Amino acid sequence: MSVRTLPLLFLNLGGEMLYILDQRLRAQNVPGDKARKVLNDIVSTMFNRKFMEELFKPQELYSKKALRTVYDRLAHASIIRLNQASMDKLYDLMTVAFKYQVLMCPRPKDVLLVTFNHLDAIKGLIRDSPAILNQVDETFQQLTEVYGGLSAGEFQLIRQTLLIFFQDLHIRVSIFLKDRVQNSNGRFVLPVSGPVPWGTEVPGLIRMFNSKGEEVKTVEFKHGGNYVAAPKEGSFELYGDRVLKLGTNMYSVNRPVETHMSGASKNLASQTQESIAPNPLAKEELNFLARLLGGMETKKPSDPEAGFRLNLFATEEEEEQAALTRPEELSYEVINIQATQDQQRSEELARIMGEFEITDAPRQSASKGDDLLAMMDEL
Amino acid sequence: MVAADSEGSKDPGVRMFRRERSIPLRGSAAALCNNLSVLQLPVRNLTHFGVVHGPSAQLLSFAPEGLPLAQRQLHAKEGAGVSPPLITQMFESDGSIMVYWHALDSGDASPVQAVFARGIAASGHFICVGTWSGRVLVFDIPAKGPNIVLSEELAGHQTPITDIATERAQGQDCVADMVTADDSGLLCVWRSGPEFKLLTRIPGFGVPCPSVQLWQGTVAAGYGNGQVRLYEASTGTLHVQINAHARAICALDLAPEVGKLLSAAEDTFVHIWKLSRSPESVSIEVEHCHGECVPDTQVCGARFCDPSGSSFAVTGYDLAEILRFSSM
Repeated sequence: MSVRTLPLLFLNLGGEMLYILDQRLRAQNVPGDKARKVLNDIVSTMFNRKFMEELFKPQELYSKKALRTVYDRLAHASIIRLNQASMDKLYDLMTVAFKYQVLMCPRPKDVLLVTFNHLDAIKGLIRDSPAILNQVDETFQQLTEVYGGLSAGEFQLIRQTLLIFFQDLHIRVSIFLKDRVQNSNGRFVLPVSGPVPWGTEVPGLIRMFNSKGEEVKTVEFKHGGNYVAAPKEGSFELYGDRVLKLGTNMYSVNRPVETHMSGASKNLASQTQESIAPNPLAKEELNFLARLLGGMETKKPSDPEAGFRLNLFATEEEEEQAALTRPEELSYEVINIQATQDQQRSEELARIMGEFEITDAPRQSASKGDDLLAMMDEL
Repeated sequence: MVAADSEGSKDPGVRMFRRERSIPLRGSAAALCNNLSVLQLPVRNLTHFGVVHGPSAQLLSFAPEGLPLAQRQLHAKEGAGVSPPLITQMFESDGSIMVYWHALDSGDASPVQAVFARGIAASGHFICVGTWSGRVLVFDIPAKGPNIVLSEELAGHQTPITDIATERAQGQDCVADMVTADDSGLLCVWRSGPEFKLLTRIPGFGVPCPSVQLWQGTVAAGYGNGQVRLYEASTGTLHVQINAHARAICALDLAPEVGKLLSAAEDTFVHIWKLSRSPESVSIEVEHCHGECVPDTQVCGARFCDPSGSSFAVTGYDLAEILRFSSM
């Protein structure tokens, strides 16, 4: 499948994460300066040049588990603390939202417009910080360079790669259920009305030509849908009317972010397949994480007490309840692979770790065979 | 279920379709085009279905009433390294034994290029497989024994192959019996043989052609902008252009006995068309027969289940069943 999918996946999921965190910060009445600091820290980590370099390298998509680890790290690049239940819910909301956006894109190329919508909104969230704004604009530039010239066929492959990544994800989100965007079984509603994609004709016409190329007959047929012509094409420039609403912020202080866990996935076979997948992929995932997180500059808060807990649920009790009742098949086991005796890999990881600036107390020496996550926790 | 039939359809016998019992799948269908294969074996009173889930494909066998007889999963052999398996594998028709495998040559691929095989069709004793580079591999299949040989690599396309369609040759010498399509929308029409001959090139128009069919000298092509176009295979002349769907077409199929064409797209619709050649003008005519909406389903595969086109099956992204329809 396509090896150019990761930047789009990461940036869009990251955008959704910021929308949700922004909503929760306001719902929890976190003071403005603290809230701004949280968002600034996360955005500047996300758009860090070294990190972007790793992200944009051609590579296959890794598992949802591996990606979840990256967002875990990203959220904690700020002063907020999320416990397992809230992090799980955050990731659920992010993935369902982006899956919906990919599915609903009229043309495969429109996933780029969705990405630009996210970037536009991110710039709005950090508008007081010109340095970070610059980072986002640079990423915009990179996106245009990499994706601007791709053919429709290449975008179709990217779309298929993303859909395969999100296959069998049927978590229900209450905003989507209320807006009738999702059915009660978790499947998205696919409307058969509205504007056709840019470049597509409204269905319903058969045109017949003779061997000289002259049109000799035109017949209409009943298509069954209720479509109209597309009004105009969205802009792919740095600034412009994207036309498409997918990827814009659908959360506000008054719209709660609930998910329903029950009956989320009838198809356990595909899930168990992922969890018992043979190990060869685990090694690649480790390397991918090491590279990606190695490029992520996470700052430790100068004053540990400045950190505070963010709750994705309305109350603490709900958060506890969610943790207890989360179905087994939906648990995101955070990657917990024992580093083996593999000499080369340990050296590679040690080299990456060495590139980090550790500003606080020196970390304990990590001997070979330490848990990878424990090593990363010290960053 | 929303269904639309053209008024004044000349063949009331196939006006309406009803849902039959679905066939459950072990894994949902992946969002790939042409993601349903149907092999009808009327002699053995069997129908085989094939659907791709991800790294595995499911093969199912069914008796006519829809009673399942056998189910098997085939797994693509995984490579040890980071790159995906670059292997074409061939199995016995019931999936029981792998009889042959061929490693794809990824030699001149740049790192940003996805390397894969896509599109497959049989022509006589040849099996043709499309690749990411646009080359079409032609395998010679012996009548008996496992000595499958790669006999030719066809050049003609510069972008990844999307689909290949073949038709039994009509007996004449110069007749086209294979058409290949690619991501740029280019179609190549071939005559099979010990050496395949390129007969016609039909240029694209900036839109991929995910699915293609061939019927009695007519090429039927479905495009990413929802259009179905019919061309004269020998000359490449465009005869019919249908604004058929509101999203990218994902599958086309033919019921050759009656000249029925089936088109399915991501807009949740399946349409059935009647093709005919008008003797006076030697051109092709098309009539819409039936439209079926599969609610909230991004269709990814669709096929007729019998040669007369009176029943068809559909797969959809994220759907763990094969939906079946037959005419009343």
